Amino acid sequence: MAHTDAAHAAHGHDAHGHHPTPMEYVKIGGILTAITIWEVWAYYIPSLVASKIFIPMLLILSAVKFAIVVMFYMHLKYDHKLFRALFTGPLLIAMGTVMGLLFLFGKVAIRLAGQG
Amino acid sequence: MSTATITADAGHGHAHGAGGVTHVEHQPHHTSLGLDNRKIAIWAFIGSECMLFISLISTYLIYKGKSVVGPYPHEKWTDPNSGETFNAILNIPVTSASTFVLLMSSLAMVLAHSAVVNRHAPKTTTLEKIFGSSKLWLLVTILFGVTFLGFQAYEFTSFVHEGLTIKTNLFGSSFFTLTGFHGAHVTVGVLWLCTLLAMDMKRGLQPEDALIVDLSALYWHFVDVVWIAIFTLIYLIP
Repeated sequence: MAHTDAAHAAHGHDAHGHHPTPMEYVKIGGILTAITIWEVWAYYIPSLVASKIFIPMLLILSAVKFAIVVMFYMHLKYDHKLFRALFTGPLLIAMGTVMGLLFLFGKVAIRLAGQG
Repeated sequence: MSTATITADAGHGHAHGAGGVTHVEHQPHHTSLGLDNRKIAIWAFIGSECMLFISLISTYLIYKGKSVVGPYPHEKWTDPNSGETFNAILNIPVTSASTFVLLMSSLAMVLAHSAVVNRHAPKTTTLEKIFGSSKLWLLVTILFGVTFLGFQAYEFTSFVHEGLTIKTNLFGSSFFTLTGFHGAHVTVGVLWLCTLLAMDMKRGLQPEDALIVDLSALYWHFVDVVWIAIFTLIYLIP
């Protein structure tokens, strides 16, 4: 790619990082589309929706899509570690908060109270 | 113009001379970290936005299944007073299409950024010329963004016609707040991209402008990843 090391440094990119080519971006877009089709297909299979693996499967697929966009389209895989910290730090705090709130007020709390 | 003013302007890629705007070599902002302040700022902003959207998603999940009256997202509901039956309100095929559109807008955005970065790279094949057109990809991103907003306007309108407003029940309140905030972010993103397209049409975005395209691209991709979470948690998980 025509990106110079100086330009990488100015933007905070790792000078040794290899940015995907346009065709690689298109392939990544194809993977994201395939995962989305998989998610929607699963939604229309009643036996799968009723099974215990449905929700974990959707959460994993969603997390994979999230990670792909963040790493490759947002270039976090190639960027300076400070940017990773600025993103993943608040994200982890937020994930901890949502888990805490669901345990306190959500269905998880109701289930635990029912057992008690 | 004083020397100090020219130096300050040079950080933005051009200096204002007596006869108009004169482009000078873009210089990155020098910081103790060696990173551009604007990029640090956008990542910090995105981090804070993560917390905003997680709080809205948490609210939705906490109130999920606690609405006293319908319509409900995934189940039918019959009003005991009027006897009127309401179908499950979420329209998965339409939302799947809008999700696909937003994913493809992210692809178009990253291709626009790549085109600006590689502006001076030789383009011999038709495919290289297509991939090298930042105007085309910015326009495609904007059109996809507007299409997504159109899908959302259609969804909101149909919900209201089916009896679900922001005041109807807990589902309506948390759903419209969450997706409304997301739609507002998409709208801001579309306006931001329109300014970039206008700049590209006027003077042509150069590799020196890659950072300003990168900033808008980061925002746009963030809006996309938020929708990835919303689509699974709100629409697909019953």
